[in-house]
Amino acid sequence: MTTRAVISGLGVVAPTGVGARPYWRATVAGRNGIRPIGRPDASRSPVVLAGEVTGFDAARFIDDELRAETDRWTWFALAAAEMALADAALRPADHPPFHLSVVTSSGSGGNESGQRETHALWARQPGEAGAHQSIAWFHAAGAAQISIRHGLTGGCGVVAADGAGGLDALKHAWRRLRRGGKAVIVGGTEAPLSPFALACQSTLPTVHRGTDPERAYLPFSPHASGFVPGEGGALVVLEEKAHAAERGVRGYAELLGHAATHDAHHHTAPAADGVQLARAVTTALEQAGRAPEDVDVVFADGAGDPAGDAAEAAALRRVFGDRLAQVPVTVPKAGVGRLTSGAGALDAVTAALALRTGIVPPTRGGDAGAARERYGLRLVTRWTRPERLTTAVVLARGTGGFNSAVVLGSLDADSSY
Amino acid sequence: MTAGRTARRVVVTGVGAVAAGGVGREAFWERIVGGRPAIRRITRFDPSRYRSRIAAEADFDPLAAGLTPREIRRNGRFAQFALAAAAEALADSGLRTEAEDTDRFGVCLGTAVGATVTLEDEYVVASDGGRHWEVSPDHGMPFLHRAMHPSSAAAELSLRHGLHGPSSVVSTGCTSGVDAIGCAFRTLSDGEADVMLAGASEAPISPVTVACFDAIRATTAFTGDPELTPAPFDARRDGFVLGEGGAVLVLEELEHARARGASVYCEVRGWDNRTGAYHMTGLRPDGYELSEAIISAMSEAGIAPEQLDWISAHGSGTVQSDRYETAAYKRALGEYARKVPVSSVKSVIGHCLGAAGALEMAACALAVRRGVIPPTANLLRPDPRCDLDYTPVLARERRVRHALSVACGLGGFQSAMVFSAPEPDPEREAEA
Repeated sequence: MTTRAVISGLGVVAPTGVGARPYWRATVAGRNGIRPIGRPDASRSPVVLAGEVTGFDAARFIDDELRAETDRWTWFALAAAEMALADAALRPADHPPFHLSVVTSSGSGGNESGQRETHALWARQPGEAGAHQSIAWFHAAGAAQISIRHGLTGGCGVVAADGAGGLDALKHAWRRLRRGGKAVIVGGTEAPLSPFALACQSTLPTVHRGTDPERAYLPFSPHASGFVPGEGGALVVLEEKAHAAERGVRGYAELLGHAATHDAHHHTAPAADGVQLARAVTTALEQAGRAPEDVDVVFADGAGDPAGDAAEAAALRRVFGDRLAQVPVTVPKAGVGRLTSGAGALDAVTAALALRTGIVPPTRGGDAGAARERYGLRLVTRWTRPERLTTAVVLARGTGGFNSAVVLGSLDADSSY
Repeated sequence: MTAGRTARRVVVTGVGAVAAGGVGREAFWERIVGGRPAIRRITRFDPSRYRSRIAAEADFDPLAAGLTPREIRRNGRFAQFALAAAAEALADSGLRTEAEDTDRFGVCLGTAVGATVTLEDEYVVASDGGRHWEVSPDHGMPFLHRAMHPSSAAAELSLRHGLHGPSSVVSTGCTSGVDAIGCAFRTLSDGEADVMLAGASEAPISPVTVACFDAIRATTAFTGDPELTPAPFDARRDGFVLGEGGAVLVLEELEHARARGASVYCEVRGWDNRTGAYHMTGLRPDGYELSEAIISAMSEAGIAPEQLDWISAHGSGTVQSDRYETAAYKRALGEYARKVPVSSVKSVIGHCLGAAGALEMAACALAVRRGVIPPTANLLRPDPRCDLDYTPVLARERRVRHALSVACGLGGFQSAMVFSAPEPDPEREAEA
């Protein structure tokens, strides 16, 4: 028995926009959210550029007291949850207990609050931390705060698989619907731009250290020179299809399949042959009951370094064979950076919006000619409206060999969004 | 909620454990059955300026556990526990990964605080002992990105054993262990893999974690003989004792296990969780959400309260949580709550946060196989509001056909899992 699940509400906090509509407009227009980190405490960072969330007024979503007790990554999650619930017109208080749940992906938890606690401890004396600040850095804090705020008693899940975790969270949420849940707030956010978090990321050889935002994160480009970290993410309402229909909510897209695999190849580098990444895609397609020929667009992971890009192209060639040159491939995250747990979740939102609107958003800064020549890919560099847009594949990879793929299907299209 | 058995059944075929007082499955089992708390004054750092100064420290030697120097260098202590426990569980299961379809072999690992120890040590260096908020980028040890992401431990397990199935970390705080094993259970029963390394590990005994639990007054302030605490369900209890360790189980689809003639510890029959949605550190007194998690897990298992032979309790030794849990058993099991023996393994090995659930499920698997239930240490004078049979002080011989294991966590997370003794293999029966 399969339980049909639709994405019925969207909540986005991204470097290019807070809220799904502003984010979508910026994404279709190919705006760049990557810039020099503006935080006052980033002056010693070896990583100069990032996808920093700048237009976010946390006070709009979270009162002073709760803000003081929570990490920035939880602010993003609380704001996204609020927007997603409102967008889905879902009022938790109207629903019986245990019908609604929350599943988040959190790669690195509360970086800033973790640093703050450690700093306070070593700089001063213990016992100064407020009780709630002291547990704000736990990975589970975000999901717990969402459950408390909205009265979601159906259970919490928190999953981490580096950059692939945002898609894996959707699988966990789907399982909850299969077990009788009606709706799940699900997705991922990340806030890794505090000083120590940047120092940690700078140990990765693939992080971009340049200073030109226009030439920083260029997936599938001959000038690809690493990834740019980013913050933010997305939460959606994943709802049992019949439940959404009964409420008169149309939704954006249907979750048709998910699969995860692991390279088991190297502790940082992806496997060059792309075998396991390809298997994630084909397994998710099988689960979705769709063939590779049915795929209208691929939202690629887009590592932004030559080895990672080549591995992904190899995987896509395994999946699509000779047809690869015809399949539109896009990397909208080129405009926001890599948000770790937020990445897969935000890409799922972008794909859902593409299916709803019939528009494929571009890869900002992409070079279509070079991508074709070098990788055999049809990289989308300007927004397009293909004749058919019913099936989208979203890929996400995490450092250490994680691969995940999700298949989304269109509901009825609505170009007015 | 949906009831009934899933088509694909899931069994435990290997157990590995690292805990205070016992590195390795046999030492762990002996320690918890003996009921002597493995608690001491913290030796990993000088605890004198903290409120809580005792812990259940594991005497763990990663080289002796078979880790390579390179693995030791790039993995924090919590990940090292997981690597050691997984190796033991795999050997115990008799599986040879080279003979398996590794596409169908995955990993699900729980942890609440991940590589906090490494992050703190490195931060102290990078910030010059807390002098600079803007840390120097020149000090980073080469593997700091791994420390920042606990999922690196799951990746390391997949890499070490060449496993290409789904791999992830579950981090639901103190319910991480139960939830990680639950996640693996679903992965197998949904047909996404045939074998999973499933478990959890934790190494939280560092200044920052100790200070955080001091701040919320969850840990004990006891300053007497360390072995006299924790005292779950006892009137004198005053908080939990932080512990470290890890356990990994080999979870396997039943037919896969039967086909290779594996020795089965027990079957995983049901799992669910609920959330209090109430307060980050507070609990409602009635045990409502935990009882709902228990009811749902038992309903999936198709087990009635009277069939339960043992409950491996959360039993952390905080005033609030022990009462909450007691109320939950009464609500979920009715009158039978007074008849079924309950034990707190944490009374011996401390509260290992995310790893606790995995260690307690390792205890369940061993209790089912060996027909012994470990005791609750230090329970001499029960809290009048904790009025169930908590198996005080002494282990008992008892046939365990069905066992329940629960976990409660900060943030209001409540998880429950049901295990049953293995059913005889009909084909093997016929041959005999």
